[in-house]
Amino acid sequence: MAATSAASSISIGSTVPRATSSSLPQSRAQAVNFNYSLPRFTALRSSTLLSGPESSSFAKSLRGSVTKSQSTSTKPYGLNINASYKVAVLGAAGGIGQPLSLLIKMSPLVSTLHLYDIANVKGVAADLSHCNTPSQVRDFTGPAELADCLKDVNVVVIPAGVPRKPGMTRDDLFNINAGIVKTLVEAVADNCPNAFIHIISNPVNSTVPIAAEVLKKKGVYDPKKLFGVTTLDVVRANTFVSQKKNLKLIDVDVPVIGGHAGITILPLLSKTKPSVSFTDEEIEKLTLRIQNAGTEVVDAKAGAGSATLSMAYAAARFVESSLRALDGDGDVYECSFVDSTLTDLPFFASRIKIGRNGVEAVIESDLQGLTEYEQKALEALKPELKASIEKGVAFANKPAN
Amino acid sequence: MEFRGDASQRIAMISAHLQPSFTSQMEEKNSVMGRENCRGKGGKAGFKVAILGAAGGIGQSLSLLMKMNPLVSLLHLYDVVNAPGVTADVSHMDTGAVVRTSTLEVRGFLGAKQLEDALTGMDLVIPAGVPRKPGMTRDDLFKINAGIVKTLCEAGTYDPKKLLGVTTLDVARVNTFVAEVLGLDPREVDVPVVGGHAGVTILPLLSQVKPPSSFTPSETEYLRIQNGGTEVVEAKAGAGSATLSMAYAAAKFADACLRGLRGDANVVECSFVASQVTELPFFATKVRLGRTGAEEVYQLGPLNEYERVGLEKAKEELAGSIQKGVDFIRK
Repeated sequence: MAATSAASSISIGSTVPRATSSSLPQSRAQAVNFNYSLPRFTALRSSTLLSGPESSSFAKSLRGSVTKSQSTSTKPYGLNINASYKVAVLGAAGGIGQPLSLLIKMSPLVSTLHLYDIANVKGVAADLSHCNTPSQVRDFTGPAELADCLKDVNVVVIPAGVPRKPGMTRDDLFNINAGIVKTLVEAVADNCPNAFIHIISNPVNSTVPIAAEVLKKKGVYDPKKLFGVTTLDVVRANTFVSQKKNLKLIDVDVPVIGGHAGITILPLLSKTKPSVSFTDEEIEKLTLRIQNAGTEVVDAKAGAGSATLSMAYAAARFVESSLRALDGDGDVYECSFVDSTLTDLPFFASRIKIGRNGVEAVIESDLQGLTEYEQKALEALKPELKASIEKGVAFANKPAN
Repeated sequence: MEFRGDASQRIAMISAHLQPSFTSQMEEKNSVMGRENCRGKGGKAGFKVAILGAAGGIGQSLSLLMKMNPLVSLLHLYDVVNAPGVTADVSHMDTGAVVRTSTLEVRGFLGAKQLEDALTGMDLVIPAGVPRKPGMTRDDLFKINAGIVKTLCEAGTYDPKKLLGVTTLDVARVNTFVAEVLGLDPREVDVPVVGGHAGVTILPLLSQVKPPSSFTPSETEYLRIQNGGTEVVEAKAGAGSATLSMAYAAAKFADACLRGLRGDANVVECSFVASQVTELPFFATKVRLGRTGAEEVYQLGPLNEYERVGLEKAKEELAGSIQKGVDFIRK
């Protein structure tokens, strides 16, 4: 009888309508679609392996970029069936690392998944290796194995580090996590300097500049390939706005600029797609909620950790976007904290276009046409962001102990 | 803005985010909203899924995956501790399902009522329990988990078409290992797995593999599927049993159930169900999932000699396990 043990895959819907009235590219919500049935695989597999029809109209509404397409596909971008990228997760046995590794293991774009941690990663790798998806999983434990983990890797994701407890700010994590990021990025510089580097470890506002300094010292710094992952702020903004305004989540996209802590997180509610209007009170409340959403979860977990599942989800979405960009998709837009000339600060989060070589463009229009509230918030966040960046740079340039 | 205060205040705050108009009710009841008010945001129709044990090793990743499933409009996360934290976390994801939490601890008593609220109106319920440590068999978990499952099932009445043992992880493992041996993409491999979900009761029918292939005796031995679970327990060295792959498999099976509920044709998965395929009252084979649950239980199909021998061994042990379960309830 027909067996339907089709492997699951993550597919990203990149629904990017070409803006007609303006020259600016606008990205719609790029949701991670968890698509168990793979209808577009039909011609590639025997009919006995066919699983059910498309899982939902949600899948139909997506541009369907990440499904196996044949050469006769009329879609502008079809996933190359042989696309095969190597991803390394540094900190794979941790609270974020585990579910993140699961989601990446499920991605059809990944051929090899290298999991690294200082302990417990053998178990995670054994666990994940049983999932019937194409990627091969390998585990690497401890600094001695870090180099092998990183060789020939296309994307390095770094969630390693300690999470917040109630009452802590992201900056309180600085001392431990700064050292971890420094060590890991040194290894990246030595072993896969051309890889995309995704920094999740907090405080991102400082750890990204630390990474940059490390790479500069090694003479391999490519500002286009260093990304602070701020996708979770966008995800949260989308969720809260859609709840508030009763919108369909798949349609909602809110750009979030600035940084990744407290008031440095600046959601540009005035630029929400689809266009909605907010009262001043709503703007105030939503902005504060988005800025404090991380703390909300830390408190709800009451000492048991910080956001792991939603962070894994957001980070996986960003990995998918990067892989599609590497694969040649010309339509990849995400918000990220990057080396930027948008402001007078050396690093700044905004929407960027990602291409084969990393950041292809920074979307300048994000800073134009701001409301008064947003303009004020922007000015208010700059000093704090500047201080965090400088703290990171200073740490990286400290003489070694 | 500070989010401080005791647990019930935190829950109220978080729930207020989900349903702002119900803030006062949440503060009073700290539990699930009436069914008529639970609508997927954006008006999308969908199914209601409850995960019991949502804060555990499997439960967390499973909650993540179910939150991502577009067929789910409402997700209930229930556990004895830590459910509010997982709920707050998962509720931030920008996918359609609305998330609710229930927890015994918040109410401060053995919450049959909480559990009932968690279960009322659900289309799909997924229970979880305590994991193995090295040296333990699944049977060692029996006392603990049997008690948990008993409590959880007391709410419902028994419909044999709707009680499904999840063996999908065994299928995933077989397909992965067979694909390795054959050098194929695991998504193109399908091997039925029958029997049960422990050690020798797990019987992969390699002779029925798609695409049709044959295996040497040493390959057949190598295909170590029956101990796949133990392999992970040992690799984790005390840190647990399979969580991520189990969440993956459970989510896959849950998705198949939802597609069946939706009315899709040809949704076939292996599952441990009430069965007349053998003389045992329960047995895993392929089943077709539809609107009323497991609507068709498929026969075993042709077996080779090795598999026939394996089948007898599987049935022997399975008979004992089934009896143990039945005795537990009857005492």
